[in-house]
Amino acid sequence: MKITFPHLGNVYIAGKAFLEELGQEVIPPPRCSKKTLEIGTKYSPETMCLPFKINIGNYIESIEKGADTILITGSCGPCRFGYYSVLEQSILDDLGYDVEFIVFDPIYEGVKKLKNNICRALNVKSYRELIRAGNFGWKLIKKSDYLTHLSNEKRAYAVNSYLVDNIMESYYREVENTVGGKNMLKLMNEVENSLKAVKIDKNKKPIKIGIIGEIYTIIEPFVNLEIEKKLGHMGVIVEKSLTPTRWVEHHVSNFPFGSKEENEKYRLAKPYIPTLVGGHGRETVGSAIYYSKKGFDGVIQLLPLNCMPEIVAKSILPTIQKDYDIPVMTLVLDEMTGEAGYMTRLEAFVDLLERKREEKKNEKFLYGY
Amino acid sequence: MKNFYMGIDVGSVSTNIVILDEENNIVWKKYLRTQGKPIDILKEGLKEVRKELGDIDIKGVGTTGSGRQLAGLILGADVVKNEITCHAVSALDFMPDIKTIIEIGGQDSKIIIIRDGIVVDFAMNTVCAAGTGSFLDRQAFRLGVGIEQFGKLALKSDNPVRIAGRCAVFAESDMIHKQQLGHNQEDIIWGLCQALVRNYLNNVGKGKEILGPIAFQGGVAANEGIKRAFEDTLKQEVFIPKDFDVMGAVGVGLLAKAEVKRKKTTSFKGLNISNIDYKVRGMECNDCANLCEVIEIQEGNNILARYGDKCGKWTNSIKDSSKLA
Repeated sequence: MKITFPHLGNVYIAGKAFLEELGQEVIPPPRCSKKTLEIGTKYSPETMCLPFKINIGNYIESIEKGADTILITGSCGPCRFGYYSVLEQSILDDLGYDVEFIVFDPIYEGVKKLKNNICRALNVKSYRELIRAGNFGWKLIKKSDYLTHLSNEKRAYAVNSYLVDNIMESYYREVENTVGGKNMLKLMNEVENSLKAVKIDKNKKPIKIGIIGEIYTIIEPFVNLEIEKKLGHMGVIVEKSLTPTRWVEHHVSNFPFGSKEENEKYRLAKPYIPTLVGGHGRETVGSAIYYSKKGFDGVIQLLPLNCMPEIVAKSILPTIQKDYDIPVMTLVLDEMTGEAGYMTRLEAFVDLLERKREEKKNEKFLYGY
Repeated sequence: MKNFYMGIDVGSVSTNIVILDEENNIVWKKYLRTQGKPIDILKEGLKEVRKELGDIDIKGVGTTGSGRQLAGLILGADVVKNEITCHAVSALDFMPDIKTIIEIGGQDSKIIIIRDGIVVDFAMNTVCAAGTGSFLDRQAFRLGVGIEQFGKLALKSDNPVRIAGRCAVFAESDMIHKQQLGHNQEDIIWGLCQALVRNYLNNVGKGKEILGPIAFQGGVAANEGIKRAFEDTLKQEVFIPKDFDVMGAVGVGLLAKAEVKRKKTTSFKGLNISNIDYKVRGMECNDCANLCEVIEIQEGNNILARYGDKCGKWTNSIKDSSKLA
């Protein structure tokens, strides 16, 4: 059994090491590239959401490298994600690929099925072994998120922000040649040290932006045109409302109660959107308020073209903008998104936030001349 | 000797150059067609500056527009700014109490919301180019009318034809359909202007609070039909600055002036760069599946910059280059 899974930002780093700890052979897909998107777009329904297209591209690239089993989580909310696994399997079948899908559906879809799937995918001999590997995997997820977070922060403060890119780039290259959890952890520690050694300018007072919106678009840098990197080089600190760590905290570690932060977001969103609308629509609204309360300068909503839950959230955000006096910008992404227009919007938004901050400081501001 | 500042807006359709004096007056302006050759047009523009104004003392330079990075590199600009900020700056100079800016250029349209002299919100067209300059150009051509006559003709009509303006392609086919039905030209043109304004307000202006005073700038502001359609729909006067077509360049010129005042020196390379040979070389990097198109700009024999790579390998390979990735 050669396992693969779709890309979701840095999750593959922890996922690969975790499965290898359990003695499985893992073939992670090559990092998302234009080719991935091309393959995915070719074989997916045209009006399907962008994450789906990337998934298909990932699978086919992995299968070409020898993978025969695909792991993916399921869902049963009103978002299309719930049908991903079914549709994806039938597309791959039509293309003549003989692969097995193992879907981890939420626990209320049946405990036994989930348990069986876990045992099959993870090659579990005993629960003790599973818990040990699980804890180890959890540690790796937190660590890889921490590295992403650290690199984002460093970029905003660094004297030369491009050094951070070099470190991260070589880290991603090394990951592909690293086998097993222990080696991965060692690599991560090295990267952490070199990131910490990057010279910073402590006098900088970076603008802070919260990235909110659809989970896949927030986490996968290829899809959001590396928004963290772009903003980082403009000297902006970026915090993502959804990360693999936050997701696990909410859905796994604190099951069935949910994490404190996410519950807080539900509470904040309640006056505007009292119920689940699928995907992370409710969280998007809650996060916008959450960041405004935490003193962020602005938020950017990422929306993959025709994502229903985010469209619902988008229509509520102007009200949040007014009620909480926090600038909100929505960026729509799909395979047609042009990079130049994207940059212009980001730059203008950062300008807007800087002026707003100065205005607050000086009470009035006359555009500097 | 008098001090001058230069603002350059390298857009998809036109390249605008303005020269400002110390009092923010526009001393000279030039509207050139970019024609997909930004570097050549830039050099040509600088040649004209020298020819018409002589070797004036330019104290600061700013660039904006979609070609801002490239132009900034070649000129040694003091400021490289996005169009939105630049339009806001110049509109505020034109009318300090401005609250809304409508800007429609060659290929994009924007709305900028300003309160108390600060940009608080903005939007750009995302999915549809209906109503922008190049679309109007094409339709004028199809109707056999000069683009300069387009707006005037619209004003002659008092019985507009309703045209579906949801999307540029449909607007075009609907317009052809109305032509075939025998409607007269003025009515079609006036109907088209109204459709485009509807499209703009629904797409770009959606959810924005449009308060007066409103400024209308960008090349399309020359079209009186569109201006009238905006005034009819918004039920208030729309102000068009005298130099509506070069407002982006004016804005970045003003920003360059402020920046030079701050840092006390300019990085402008001088007007004689129109004699230097610039070469642009594109190559596809095959080191990974992204197949980035890396662009290298040569100034004489030196490599000025490389950009276009996702990973930064090429960008970082030359020291002290401007980082554009």
